[in-house]
Amino acid sequence: MIELASDKQKETFVLNMGPQHPATHGVLRVKLVMDGEYIVEAEPVLGYIHRMHEKMGENRNWAQFMPNTGRLDYLGALSYNHGYAAAVERAAGIEVPERAEYIRVLTVELNRISSHLLWMGAYLLDLGGFTPLLYAFDDREKILDMLERVTGSRLTYCYFRFGGLYNDVDEQFIGEVKAFVARMRSRLPMYHTLVTKNVILMERLKGIGIIDADMCRRYGVTGPVARGSGINFDVRKNEPYSVYPEFDFDVPVYSEGDSMARYMVRMDEIEQSLRIVEQAVNRLPEGPVMAEKVPKVLKPPKGDYYHAVEAARGSFGVRVVSDGTNTPYRLKLRSPTFSNLSLLAEVARGVTVADAVAFMGSLDLVIPEIDR
Amino acid sequence: MGGYFKEIFDGAHSLVAGMGVTLKYLFQPVVTEQYPHVAPTMPDRFRGHIELVANPETGGTLCIVCGMCQKACPSGCITVAGEKVEGVKGKVLTKYELDFTKCSLCGICVESCNPGAITFSKDYNLAGLRKEAFIYDLKKRLEERKR
Repeated sequence: MIELASDKQKETFVLNMGPQHPATHGVLRVKLVMDGEYIVEAEPVLGYIHRMHEKMGENRNWAQFMPNTGRLDYLGALSYNHGYAAAVERAAGIEVPERAEYIRVLTVELNRISSHLLWMGAYLLDLGGFTPLLYAFDDREKILDMLERVTGSRLTYCYFRFGGLYNDVDEQFIGEVKAFVARMRSRLPMYHTLVTKNVILMERLKGIGIIDADMCRRYGVTGPVARGSGINFDVRKNEPYSVYPEFDFDVPVYSEGDSMARYMVRMDEIEQSLRIVEQAVNRLPEGPVMAEKVPKVLKPPKGDYYHAVEAARGSFGVRVVSDGTNTPYRLKLRSPTFSNLSLLAEVARGVTVADAVAFMGSLDLVIPEIDR
Repeated sequence: MGGYFKEIFDGAHSLVAGMGVTLKYLFQPVVTEQYPHVAPTMPDRFRGHIELVANPETGGTLCIVCGMCQKACPSGCITVAGEKVEGVKGKVLTKYELDFTKCSLCGICVESCNPGAITFSKDYNLAGLRKEAFIYDLKKRLEERKR
């Protein structure tokens, strides 16, 4: 362990990382108290893009909040659509047709793959490797094109509706998805040759930013970060929702707890998502994509409802409180990266700036979701 | 000692293998969209800003000034106004204004429209020098398209 200066006032200086910094991927400011190259204290300063999403939910009707969910985590917007739609469906007691559920799972998993691909590209960019980003974006572009044809938008989707979907998928989409699964499977070994086995990457990630399972529990960490620390928790398995129980997939868990483990979890998750996508396409049932008799003006009965989904970054929970009117009384959004970021202060102590960047990137931070 | 050399050898090999991937893709066709030179085609469901649909018979609008889109819009970007004209059933549209600066392209307005009077445009080249450029008078745009 590195011995830090005893007189903090004299020997340390403050270094601001962000709010405008390429490695924070948004307007996150981290106040670093430095002792030379080493971090003495790291304090994330939040709120630069706080947009009051929770309060906004209270002054518009249930359906009107849907576009907001796509603006929380803009890389995995469909999971957030899903979380909100499912919470309100639970509140209003709406049954979703099976075909709609299958398409939801299918599109959410595609979105998860695109999110992980973007994370991989951007993370390696933080670490100084430019090329992998271009390969990752090539594959991600295929997903965005497919989803654009179906949902109408490329990033901030607003595709799910209470009781189903905005519109159905067509044969062309099914064909494109099948072609994509085959393509992605053939590309994954290339990623491993180019990136995973690269000696520079391994040297930079192994043993960096170690988080143990106990720390994850203390901070409420979920998603790939927790699974990289040996916690086998995935909302899709532990609290099954939608039609996930019908699919055969594994939850990748690594026990090392370092940045490399988190990297491996996400790479394996791409493979598992491909499995789900493949099964969903092959077993896609016929039928309507919208539940019948969904009232135009939704007024869920009085009560307090919660629904969590597994987003690309962890467990995203929506708590809705209804007072029986057409407007939510309270809308609480539990976003995974907020909890995941809380670790930073504890883990970054005593490491160099370069390693802190390698650690922070492995958390897969999306700032609009932290600030909401 | 053997482990040391093995590490160096494996490390060097991984770098060469990575270069091999790059070299392979160097000789493959370009995948990038050549955007300004080749214009992309927008898919049918592309959600651009909204546009009034022309009535196939009269060339006018299908809008009945019910105000549903105005009510449905989460951001309040739509302003609809109409007036009574003698000899015409219902109201006649006098103004349909879209404040695109606030629009989040959710498409709830199009879903709420019973007569199907609004649709999404395929316009993706959106740039302007001032805010006023994004306050669209959709009725005027419809008339301009007719000409």
